[in-house]
Amino acid sequence: MTPEQIRREVSAWLDANWRIDRPLLEWRNILLEGGWAAPHWPEEWHGRGFTLDQAMVVSEVFREMDVVPAAQVGPRGLASETILACGSDDQKERYLKPILTGEDTWCQLFSEPGSGSDLAGLSTRAEFVDGRWIINGQKVWNTSAHHADFGLLVARTDRDVPKHQGISYFLLDMRQPGVEARPLRQMNGHQSFNEVFMTNAVVSPEDLIGGEGNGWHVAKTTLSFERRGFSRRVRGSSLDGPKQGPIYEEYEEELRIAAEPYTWYPQREGRVDLVLPRARETGAIHDPAVRQQIAKLICLHSGARLAADSAEAGRRAGTTEIIPAGSIGKLAASVIARQASHVHTMISGADALLSGPDSAADGMIAEVLVSVPAISIAGGTDEIQRNIISERVLGMPKGYRADQGPFRDIKRNA
Amino acid sequence: MQTEFSSEQQLLRDVVSRALRDKSPPGAVRELMASDRGYDPAVWQELGAGAGLAGVHVPEAWGGAGGGPVELGIVAEEMGRTLFCGPFFASAVMAGNALMEAADESARAELLPGVASGSVIAALVLDDLNSPAAVGGSLRARDDGRLAGTAAIVVDAHVADLLLVVARTGPDLGLHAVGSGAPGLEIEPLQVVDPTRKLSRVTFAGVPARPIGTVGGEALNRTWDLMSSALAHEMIGGAQRLFESTVAYTKERFQFGRPIGSFQALKHRCADLLLEIELARAVTHHAARCLAAGEGEPWAASMAKAAAADAFMSAARAGIQLRGGIGFTWEDDTHLWFKRAKSSEVLLGTPAIHRERMMTMLEGAA
Repeated sequence: MTPEQIRREVSAWLDANWRIDRPLLEWRNILLEGGWAAPHWPEEWHGRGFTLDQAMVVSEVFREMDVVPAAQVGPRGLASETILACGSDDQKERYLKPILTGEDTWCQLFSEPGSGSDLAGLSTRAEFVDGRWIINGQKVWNTSAHHADFGLLVARTDRDVPKHQGISYFLLDMRQPGVEARPLRQMNGHQSFNEVFMTNAVVSPEDLIGGEGNGWHVAKTTLSFERRGFSRRVRGSSLDGPKQGPIYEEYEEELRIAAEPYTWYPQREGRVDLVLPRARETGAIHDPAVRQQIAKLICLHSGARLAADSAEAGRRAGTTEIIPAGSIGKLAASVIARQASHVHTMISGADALLSGPDSAADGMIAEVLVSVPAISIAGGTDEIQRNIISERVLGMPKGYRADQGPFRDIKRNA
Repeated sequence: MQTEFSSEQQLLRDVVSRALRDKSPPGAVRELMASDRGYDPAVWQELGAGAGLAGVHVPEAWGGAGGGPVELGIVAEEMGRTLFCGPFFASAVMAGNALMEAADESARAELLPGVASGSVIAALVLDDLNSPAAVGGSLRARDDGRLAGTAAIVVDAHVADLLLVVARTGPDLGLHAVGSGAPGLEIEPLQVVDPTRKLSRVTFAGVPARPIGTVGGEALNRTWDLMSSALAHEMIGGAQRLFESTVAYTKERFQFGRPIGSFQALKHRCADLLLEIELARAVTHHAARCLAAGEGEPWAASMAKAAAADAFMSAARAGIQLRGGIGFTWEDDTHLWFKRAKSSEVLLGTPAIHRERMMTMLEGAA
């Protein structure tokens, strides 16, 4: 279908069906039945088999007509894409629809206190006892886990094989006595994540996804969607401006809850946009030392933007791989954030002692200074990105590893 | 404005790259850098004239190939890879661009075809190589029209047939043409850090000269931008080539029973270097595109010169450090790139000067 045909068809359908006085859930069920909830999904699973470009056309029409779309923000996007890619028909039947309607929310249960960069070294146990999987262990950095209905869980089902082979992937019901989510407070004062404790939590055999021992493969599928920015949709999916009507209130609340953990993300990127305004306002723009550092920042920022555009063009032409380009971009983001933080410090001087409403830019500068350390850790540390770049782009040899044998023999923290 | 290279531009790169691999191998670079002349006339004839590289950026009406700053950048980048020794930078880049930007119509028509065909080697004489704002402090045209003063450093003047001299003429700067045999002209070759770029001191003791144009502030700044962009490309080519050979070395060299490239200390330094070169390359290609289109950030060329110089110096430092002792020997080729990096870093303005120039364009003077 051409973009014009898609545009005509979806507009006609919305003219006939979209009303602002319906409850959100009722509208989403209609949207699902009409086949417009997730047009890039396969036809047998609520979709139309559209390409991502075709689906973008549908999203555009939704935005132009101020139509509330299917639920798509937050970690639920990782859940649906993973289930679509690796799940059984029964799992797709049970889970996909309530993801789209927004009835179910999801969280990701991957990292552990003892396995950060080394995700495959995870030690949460899943044991098959009396026809059910019993889960024991602790997860960390779980966005939205405190209100999630389900979790994407990786756990160890076999300790006698090498670490990547003994992992299985489960769909965990979060609303059960053996699962406890506790908020985790970060150094910048926000609480965007949780720790999740599992004590004899139960998973039924139907909720193992991808087969026993195949969890690493499924986890890599989830991570590849994460790298492609599925969770980033949280920001920017809001409708333009406030809209009147009960359905909008329900929708805005859903967005607000999903976006809440991410309010400080622009600050961890260094707020490059505030550098020149702050330098002008304080007069630091006349300081030759500050000018040098601002110019360096502009160089880095422009270079990263231009290099990303050119990598994107290469990707479209099929000449660049996604993952190394992503690692280079991620490393660039860290360098830029650190330089921005450095420049903000030079500009503020002793004013950087303060935080909160009395401080520079309504507390934003203080928040930059204590949030930037996160960007070189979250989503794969700078050191891991450098390993990826040096090994996959430059072809440098891997170092010797001490974790090749059976998992139970690998040295790790108690 | 272009955001990617066209297939014609890609083809140009391939052709130039192949020719230089053949004509400018490290052995030839070593031979030429030890010679007084510093270039091989037969190779210059073949590449500059035969392949049309000397006029790659000159409009066809003046005998060139009809390209612009982007094509000039491609050639410079490929030459930078091989440390090409020849009058390309002095004649095509510096003098050619000065003629196009500042010479009057008749002088362009008369002088550009020779430069564009490579048959005439021209050198641009500036009395300051740090900043366009400082040009005109020491060279002047006397009331009788003759030139007086000294240019402390001039690229490739010792082999030039034609000198294009920027000299103060009353309140303005003027562009003047001087033949290499003019009376009162003294050209003294200088001892240099980077022997692949030959430099001379040029002294004018009442040298007869022909005024061929007025160098307004805008023409001088644009000439400086065009030269800086080309030099940034040359540096990116050098940085990339040296980086590739350094990474290759870390895979071959064994210590402690393993290739040194398997140590994270080296891998991480290489990854950082890759990032620095990638970003510098992106702003460098962008600068040429801005200059070609006459749009984009006015400071794009300065941004490119600063970023490429820093990246090339990083690559040069790492090139030596990661090789260890052998990298500090005369026998190893790494120092050739290191010295080219240093000479390029300071020619036409250090990174700090270009960053300040950027900020002045962006925000006004400090």
